[in-house]
Amino acid sequence: MKSSLFTAERVRALTTDTVELTLAGDTSEIAAPGQFVNIALPGHFLRRPVSVCDWTADRLVLLIRVVGAGTRELAQSEPGAAFDILGGLGNGFDLSAVSESVPDNVILAGGGIGIAPLYGLAKALARQGVTPVAALGFRNRADAFYLDEFRAVGCETLIATEDGSLGERGLVTDLLREHPSRNYVFCCGPLPMLRAVHGLPHLTGGQYSFEARMGCGFGACMGCSMPFRDGRKRVCKEGPVFFREEIVWEQ
Amino acid sequence: MGTVDLSVTLAGVALKNPIIPASGTFGYGREYAELFDLNVLGAFSWKGTTAAPRDGNPQPRIAETPCGMLNAIGLQNPGIDAIIREEVPNIARIFQGPVIANVGGFTPMEYAETCRKLEEVEQCAILEINVSCPNVHAGGRNFGSDAGAAAEVAAAVRRVTRKPVFMKLSPNVADITEIARACADAGADGFCLINTLLGMRVDLKTRRPVLANRTGGLSGPAVFPVALRMVWDVYEAVKLPIIGCGGVSSAEDAAEMMLAGATAVEIGAANLRDPYACKRIIEDLPGVCRRLGVDRISDLTGAAHDQ
Repeated sequence: MKSSLFTAERVRALTTDTVELTLAGDTSEIAAPGQFVNIALPGHFLRRPVSVCDWTADRLVLLIRVVGAGTRELAQSEPGAAFDILGGLGNGFDLSAVSESVPDNVILAGGGIGIAPLYGLAKALARQGVTPVAALGFRNRADAFYLDEFRAVGCETLIATEDGSLGERGLVTDLLREHPSRNYVFCCGPLPMLRAVHGLPHLTGGQYSFEARMGCGFGACMGCSMPFRDGRKRVCKEGPVFFREEIVWEQ
Repeated sequence: MGTVDLSVTLAGVALKNPIIPASGTFGYGREYAELFDLNVLGAFSWKGTTAAPRDGNPQPRIAETPCGMLNAIGLQNPGIDAIIREEVPNIARIFQGPVIANVGGFTPMEYAETCRKLEEVEQCAILEINVSCPNVHAGGRNFGSDAGAAAEVAAAVRRVTRKPVFMKLSPNVADITEIARACADAGADGFCLINTLLGMRVDLKTRRPVLANRTGGLSGPAVFPVALRMVWDVYEAVKLPIIGCGGVSSAEDAAEMMLAGATAVEIGAANLRDPYACKRIIEDLPGVCRRLGVDRISDLTGAAHDQ
């Protein structure tokens, strides 16, 4: 983990409320897809934790969904704007869990802005010879993004929308049920989605990326601590990615 | 002017400078030790520790506010036995200065039990007794808002320790000086002022409180003037050393807190936004002292009061 200055290079609109933000800076602390960065914004006390979507040695790509004033300011960044960013935070996905001998059982499950870390994961898996199926869920056609990017990595993409305006009408869980041989999932999305996917009986293994309101993002404040099988864990430090077997759900 | 002497003495404990990371924002030092050498610090106050392990509150526990934040962690900690077994040896490796042991509890006897176990921990130079956590409820009784109850805790701890006892008091009271006087009479050696202010937020979309605990403790720059005023009042009322705590984010804030009466200054929420906050403030202190015309920072303590 270290704190360093990044400069906004490009903002590309993906939907009415989601942008792809490319920043220039030193990404040497980022070690795995699924890690996140924590961005300080002028006029907002807490940093904004954002999943790493993709990175090279000197470029960082983030997908930002506008949910409040802070993310709106991030999404409206002018090229050249400087940001104090703390990164690579959290554990990220464990790629060693995917055996090259059985690459055909892997599926990615992403909901909305949760697809961001799955893109970096798809690229990393492709580098180790695994091209997973990507099951992506959105509210509707206008909300969908990054489909071509996943396809360019070689992923077969399955789409579900709540109103059926693109792909199948339904949820990501419906897509997963239709591919029962794909029994190892990498999942990121809102908590209700994680919980629904975690409950699918045909999935025998997987890794789930959690989100939580964070104070510090680096393990000091216990703000994001939640119960897991072996006791409380910090989403920002031991997570955000947890194995299927570790997860319990608070009532 | 030459070098500035940043050292202060807190109830007989020598600190190389007055800057102390505040309890709950610094864990047991591990995360920050990855970022900088903790030996630049005057001391550090560890995460509030109770006799038994505690899971704390459900999610969400954090909410942002204008110029600050709310937290409702609920004293999550592994309990004093695990701390002594697992954290104390590690602290000795990453930090060689004095440690302030923040202790929480639910009965005077529980506070005393934890403090008795800390007698054997040499590096713990000061006990900081938290009678003011807004996020836990001791059977409807809040030690921090009742002078008699706070004094009972101070007396119970006093009986089992030779270490200096600093009472960390709540700002959520009508008259903090009344509680400070009662603690002083019960044998306290000093005060840490203040803990967080009780607050809450409601989510516009869900129409529900943001925090699962409904309320949380407000910290950050928003509370700085409130903390400063309470440091001022207690400095006037009781002749015991004060650790000023609340919204301090810069060396200037620290100097202001000392002028109001603080001997040392804790840095809390600022660490969460900027993990290097304490290091930066310590580096800035000599320049601030020179601008204020002092070559010993301890000369600032209480200097804003009429002599």
